[in-house]
Amino acid sequence: MPITESYRLIAAIEVIMELSTLTIHELQRMLREGETTSVAITESVFKRIEAVEDKIHSYITLTEDLAFQQAEQADRNMQSGRGGPLTGIPIALKDIVCTEGTRTTCGSHILENFIPPYDSTVVRKFREAGAVFPGKTNMDEFAMGSSTETSYFGITRNPWDLSKIPGGSSGGSASAVAADECIAAIGSDTGGSIRQPAALCGVVGMKPTYGRVSRYGLIAFASSLDQIGPFSKDVEDCAIMMNAIAGYDPKDSTSVPAEVPDYTRFLSKGIEDWTVGVPKEYFIEGIDPEVLDAVKRAMQVVEDAGAKIIEISLPHSEYCVAVYYVIAPSEASSNLARYDGVRYGFRSREGRDLMEMYKMSRSAGFGDEVKRRIMIGTHSLSSGYYDAYYKKASQVRALLRRDFDEAFRQCDAIIAPVTPTPAFGIGEKMDDPLQMYLCDIFTISCNLAGIPGISVPCGYTKSGLPVGVQFLTGHFEEGKLLQIAAAYERHAEIERRRPEI
Amino acid sequence: MEFEPVIGLEVHAQLLTNTKIFCGCSTRFGEAPNSNTCPICSGMPGVLPVLNKKVVEYTIKMGLATSCHINNINTWARKNYFYPDLPKGYQITQFAEPIAEHGYVDVEINGNKKRIGITRIHIEEDAGKSIHDENQPASYIDLNRAGVPLIEIVSEPDIRSAEEGVGYLRRLHEILVYLGICDGNMEEGSFRCDANISLRPKGQEKFGIRAELKNMNSFRHVHRALEYEIKRQQYILESGGHVVQETRLWDEAQGVTHPMRGKEEAHDYRYFPDPDLVAVHLSDEWIEEIRKTLPELPLAKRERFVAEFDIPLYDAQVLTASRALADYYEEIARKSGKPKIASNWVMGDVLGHLKEDRLEIDESPVSAHSLVSMIGLIEDGTISGKIAKEVFEEMWNTGKEPGTIVEEKGLVQITDTSAIEQAVDDVLATNPTQVNEYRQGKEKLFGFFVGQVMKVTKGKANPKLVNDLLKKKLSEG
Repeated sequence: MPITESYRLIAAIEVIMELSTLTIHELQRMLREGETTSVAITESVFKRIEAVEDKIHSYITLTEDLAFQQAEQADRNMQSGRGGPLTGIPIALKDIVCTEGTRTTCGSHILENFIPPYDSTVVRKFREAGAVFPGKTNMDEFAMGSSTETSYFGITRNPWDLSKIPGGSSGGSASAVAADECIAAIGSDTGGSIRQPAALCGVVGMKPTYGRVSRYGLIAFASSLDQIGPFSKDVEDCAIMMNAIAGYDPKDSTSVPAEVPDYTRFLSKGIEDWTVGVPKEYFIEGIDPEVLDAVKRAMQVVEDAGAKIIEISLPHSEYCVAVYYVIAPSEASSNLARYDGVRYGFRSREGRDLMEMYKMSRSAGFGDEVKRRIMIGTHSLSSGYYDAYYKKASQVRALLRRDFDEAFRQCDAIIAPVTPTPAFGIGEKMDDPLQMYLCDIFTISCNLAGIPGISVPCGYTKSGLPVGVQFLTGHFEEGKLLQIAAAYERHAEIERRRPEI
Repeated sequence: MEFEPVIGLEVHAQLLTNTKIFCGCSTRFGEAPNSNTCPICSGMPGVLPVLNKKVVEYTIKMGLATSCHINNINTWARKNYFYPDLPKGYQITQFAEPIAEHGYVDVEINGNKKRIGITRIHIEEDAGKSIHDENQPASYIDLNRAGVPLIEIVSEPDIRSAEEGVGYLRRLHEILVYLGICDGNMEEGSFRCDANISLRPKGQEKFGIRAELKNMNSFRHVHRALEYEIKRQQYILESGGHVVQETRLWDEAQGVTHPMRGKEEAHDYRYFPDPDLVAVHLSDEWIEEIRKTLPELPLAKRERFVAEFDIPLYDAQVLTASRALADYYEEIARKSGKPKIASNWVMGDVLGHLKEDRLEIDESPVSAHSLVSMIGLIEDGTISGKIAKEVFEEMWNTGKEPGTIVEEKGLVQITDTSAIEQAVDDVLATNPTQVNEYRQGKEKLFGFFVGQVMKVTKGKANPKLVNDLLKKKLSEG
């Protein structure tokens, strides 16, 4: 072995030994058995942040003091036997979930100095579970984007290749998990904003069923599509995170009072005798051959794991992007009306009257993509256009939902690509919104139908960029979704690489 | 050409819930600015609304009380517009599927009954309040009212005069207050009214061009504003002009309506279903349960009082002005068995004293029970009507029972014939001149003798016995 190679190996071993590289379930065991402490884990995470954050920029705000306070409390709780599955685990939060006392920007200038007076329900649940918050992660402004390039706070780079985007909008959460700048993270998914960056960064990312996780405190982009979900290093961690955040919340009228099972129970079940559907509409021209290959290999793995693969049809798939880009901006145009400079957030001091204050505050406070979507949405809801756009889109959305209902009569789960291409270059699609919108072509339907979806790593391109495969199941079937994802992960034996940063 | 006004009214009534429509904040009026607020009603990023069930219950009551059809499925919409006191930049309201539709109320105008249709009743949230500094170019926002529940009651364009308009408003007001779902305070804005008004040549089917009237803060304002607007539009039409479709503000001080600035009304509200709220399904069982809790409504009560107690319509109207007053009267009428006498006492003495002392009926020092006792004392001849006035006065001031007062003051009426006879004899003996004059035909003097007897008996003599005995003795001579 040449000397350079052996140095590399040693370096790699050292990285693996680092606590920040481990999973929740690995750390949980160590904490329980007293092999480590939350403070040590938190130190490891911040050491890693110090080493790589300059290059990657996963975070908008780091909350080191808070994290160590939480870690110390977690260690005391562990010692007195009051620890839970997430006690002492550093979890990064997308800067779209409100954190009492910690600024929450949503990636926007307009909320640059906004400190919420309340906690979102997920954050409250994590606090109660004893988790540690290292910081708030970068994102596309108001979650509008697929590359994290529209953030007011600068871009995030893909840990696997610093010249590439990490995906978006939850790019900071995905890159933080991939680069071991946290153990797991929270993101939000409106049209693919968890699954797409998870795929491009080589981590697990799940969007739960609409109504499964409370949206209270999640800054709204498109209320009928938004859903909070986890990023993790493996499927088991995803199940642990889901156990912590799922469930009815009386503060969210759209959350559903359905029973929440212990998701970790599904992990070892296997998928023998399952039928897994492959939607023929998802294997379109323009899909990158390496991505296609990886997904096809994943299909083979699923078959090898004992499932039967069948072709299914989701006939209205071609309308997904169009429907989404009417409904999401329409809701956004209304959701973002509250950023008017009156009560909180950025206010331009130059306006001479109320109308000018509104216009100047919003013009300066929002970035181009946000303004573009507010305009599209405002137009779609305008009298005279409502029927042709919003109403029609809502009708097609109902058809899309029916497509999935039909499909799940024939199969237990659906397998599909997550993205048409691996991570693309920084700046590559910023001048072409339409190309950017097409990044979400395979993820949007899941939001429109309200069903759960997960992205699991399924290999690498020749140049070393990760590729993800997507599984979908019916409403509130997160258990089954984790079951197939875990079975796939076990059988695929994807080599666990780490990005060299 | 004769013109006919066509008027439709939109009423906003604030519901008397303890908490706001989508959060747990108090609805109390008059608190320090922005003290009744939370992240939800101040429109913080990320918050979500959760519907207050009481709001739905109260609105169903109003729907049923106005003979509306209650829709089983209720959806919510956003009405989008920018205003500093509208924290979310949209108002949550009902658009496509309001809670109640197709109702009516009957209004009496100069003794004639007229039915005014109700198009719809829907639920919405109120906005906050903007306060403009008079001394410097600054405005302040108070969000205490933001998220207070409102219902909007939209009438059909069935109203043909200012009188009908005010009659309709009074009827709605009365029902809301009777149901206990609105305090009806127009000055504090708990009950507000906008009007749509147009004129058309009499006999023509098609509506004319309408103006919308705002800023009318009392029944009187509404009456004056409608009258003014009818005259204004009539003048325009008669002089060959065209009414402009616009919003006009009533100026009470000048007694005229002014057009609102055009810019402020050029709204496209971009209504769409609110994705944060799920549709509310109202079961028929629940609606029926609520129907059972409805009190007797004023109009029905009025008609019943006239029929059952044989009192004039006017009395019935006065006595049913509020539920508490009607209950007070009804108890006295029933227990005393003398509804007409009861009505005279309540309308005269009780209401008079209440007004004087600025009290509400439920604060009256004279309870229904005491008044029943007092009427009983009059009826059995223990006290005279005149003494009763004195007793009532004492009851009002001390809160004592009438029996106690009569006893303490020795006010028991003299019904002993011999005692009265003695007094009559004395009076006749001491006034021979008058007796002679009377006997010679000066019958007017009869009152003089009655007065003298009463004076001697300190007013306690039974007047009927005094009359009888005097007549007898005077004719004997």
